[in-house]
Amino acid sequence: MAQAATETGIRPSALRLFWDRWSGVLVPILAVFTALVVGAFIIGVTGADWQAAYIGLWEGAFGSPRAFADTVVRSTPFIICGLCVALAFKAGLFNIGAEGQLYAGAVASVVIGTTLQMPAIFHIPAALIAGALGGAAWAAIAGFLKARTGAHEVINTIMLNYIALRMTDWLIRSKTPYILGDPADTTGARSRLVAETARLPGIQVGSSTILHLGIPLALVLVFVVAWLLYRTTLGFEMRTAGTNPHAARYAGINVPRTIILAMAIAGSLAGIAGAIEVIGVRGALSADFFSGLGFDAIAVALLARANPVGIIFSGLLWGGLLTGARLMQVRASLSIDVIKIVQALIIMFVAADQIVRFIYRLPKRKPGEETQLSKGWGG
Amino acid sequence: MSERRKGIGRRQVIAGFFALLGLLLIFNYAPQALAGDTVVTRIALAVPQPVIAFPSAWSLTIIGFVMLIAGSLGLTNRVQRWADISLWTSAVLLFPAILIWAAAGKQTNATVMLSESLRLGTPLALGALAGIWAERSGVINIAIEGMMLMGAAFGFAIFILTGQLWWGVIGAVIVGGIIALLHGLLSISFRTDQIISGTVVNILAIGITGYLRRQYIVTEGGGRVTLPSLSAIIANAGFPDLARSLEAIPIAGTLLFGGKPIFFAMLLLVVLTQVVLFMTRWGLRTRAVGENPKAADTVGIAVNRMRYINLFISGCIAGLGGAWFSLETVGNFDDGMTAGKGFIALAAMIFGKWMPFGAFGGAMLFGFAEALGTRFQILQVQVFGGPVPVQFLQVIPYVVTMIVLAGLIGRAVGPAAVGKPYEK
Repeated sequence: MAQAATETGIRPSALRLFWDRWSGVLVPILAVFTALVVGAFIIGVTGADWQAAYIGLWEGAFGSPRAFADTVVRSTPFIICGLCVALAFKAGLFNIGAEGQLYAGAVASVVIGTTLQMPAIFHIPAALIAGALGGAAWAAIAGFLKARTGAHEVINTIMLNYIALRMTDWLIRSKTPYILGDPADTTGARSRLVAETARLPGIQVGSSTILHLGIPLALVLVFVVAWLLYRTTLGFEMRTAGTNPHAARYAGINVPRTIILAMAIAGSLAGIAGAIEVIGVRGALSADFFSGLGFDAIAVALLARANPVGIIFSGLLWGGLLTGARLMQVRASLSIDVIKIVQALIIMFVAADQIVRFIYRLPKRKPGEETQLSKGWGG
Repeated sequence: MSERRKGIGRRQVIAGFFALLGLLLIFNYAPQALAGDTVVTRIALAVPQPVIAFPSAWSLTIIGFVMLIAGSLGLTNRVQRWADISLWTSAVLLFPAILIWAAAGKQTNATVMLSESLRLGTPLALGALAGIWAERSGVINIAIEGMMLMGAAFGFAIFILTGQLWWGVIGAVIVGGIIALLHGLLSISFRTDQIISGTVVNILAIGITGYLRRQYIVTEGGGRVTLPSLSAIIANAGFPDLARSLEAIPIAGTLLFGGKPIFFAMLLLVVLTQVVLFMTRWGLRTRAVGENPKAADTVGIAVNRMRYINLFISGCIAGLGGAWFSLETVGNFDDGMTAGKGFIALAAMIFGKWMPFGAFGGAMLFGFAEALGTRFQILQVQVFGGPVPVQFLQVIPYVVTMIVLAGLIGRAVGPAAVGKPYEK
């Protein structure tokens, strides 16, 4: 109706103006809302109580200080890995490999954390830097292959995820000789514990949750990435290479170098996330550490439309959904996987934002705003 | 990346690799061979006969020489044609070399190895065919993994519900197609980036199948029943003696009569895809839509409708590939049981340059890589004084995928309009 009003020359309503002005922000919010509505239908169809489920979800994620602390801790890797995907995204690369890069970083930080002896003031940065380097090296493989041979990073990063997972598993489980595994641990499912001097300090909330130093570090990284992308030459080069590699080449930008660098920097972020998980939360590495994170990181980045500050919120949402899922499971006796479906619906509505724009009568996206990643398989 | 690459080219890298490998083999095995080493690798073509015995050291030395010559020819940059032929020969020789090395002093069955490669290559070939159908019409289908997973889960769920394996297979095919239509809705109608859309479908598939498994499949249970092999079908039809004698035929007995229905369906689909894509009007139109949609539109082909239908076919094939996991092989459904096969299938498709038979070859290569892993475990191959860790063997298919992609992309050019949504 508002559409009709503008067409007949009547002044558009205040709501219409608001709708037009903030459509960029409204799309993700409405996408989440729509996904929750569809999710409620799915829960209802399978015969469970959707109200109890959603109340449980909310209380489990944000209902108490302890729950909120849990959510924040859980969100930290999502925020950092979301940044990792977003940064690569801006450079025209679709990095599904956050998971593998996180494992590579975690392994590197475990090595530093378990073998070296030094005071905390050096040990913590050393472990973090090791994580960053590990992740960067792992991601640079895919970046190099893309820049040099044109092999598409999507397949390569997925392959690298599987390889990283298996290699981590081997490093931990190998008994002859023990590599990272802990001879004292009978299950053989985790590595040796990192030294106390390498553990991130933090504030204890409740019995098991520690708000560690990695959380403020994640926030710092958000602004570092934003600064890097929008205030530095390298960031400009990356964004140019991402939007139009041909133009970038004519402008004298070394596109292959930019691609490799962008992947390496993105990977270093995921590596830091891995290091933080090891030295901040778990104190050791296990092979089932973080499965499916690659896809979650993409979701977080897409939901925030690759905007670094927006990633804080989408990361919190993601962590919240997963943290709250446990209470939801108890309250409504639903499988935790319902959350996975809701998450997938959220990304679907964000990715195909034309659906959301159509339902809520938001203005169409302006031309040139679309992201285009699929330029075939290279060559 | 259309600019000319500087420095060493792909060809030099490949030639260098073979030259190095050849040198390594010669240095390692020539002294052993000359010293009268008597270790023999026995490669059986069938049990109990015929068995061919290769003296391990001598065979490996000779293969090493061939590779060294091929590598040097490739590096000289002169006799291009001969270098090409010899490089391909050494690439093919890699397979016997690996077998002879791994089974030194033991006996291994080459036919079983071959049939295992064919068996393990089946889902990859189906996935690659699914990729061809979608990409030939101009839609990147990175959602093959998700379609397979959905096919595997729903196929198994329908089997539990109805008690009929065949209903399960049909269900898997249809579910795969429906999921493909979702991918189409997002990428064709709503013009979402095709890679993002495919990723969304993959994530959705992980969520839905996980939910389905924990909410229904686990509680229902289900025996480990799988589709019967051809000889079992013949035996069930009332000819048990015939089945037994057919299975005893050397080579063909294992390869053919040990095969299961989806394997045969895959072989049929490879031929069918080739015929439809390159010999029918439908195929010509599909390819036109994938290469130049505007021109196709001008002559009156409904571009988006063609893409939807081809994508649906693609999804059906991928769904059948999913059924291979749960209904033909394992007899159960596990979370993420497709283990990246959908993505490896895409690599097989690229390996085959978007051609059905080529993709089949690529799938068999990856199938061989996987079969090799299990074979290494059985033979208990020793490297550096210890058994090869299982994880290293599990990684082989993924590493081969990366090497193949890096080696072939750029040379293999896909359909021109792939990845671009069509707007009039």
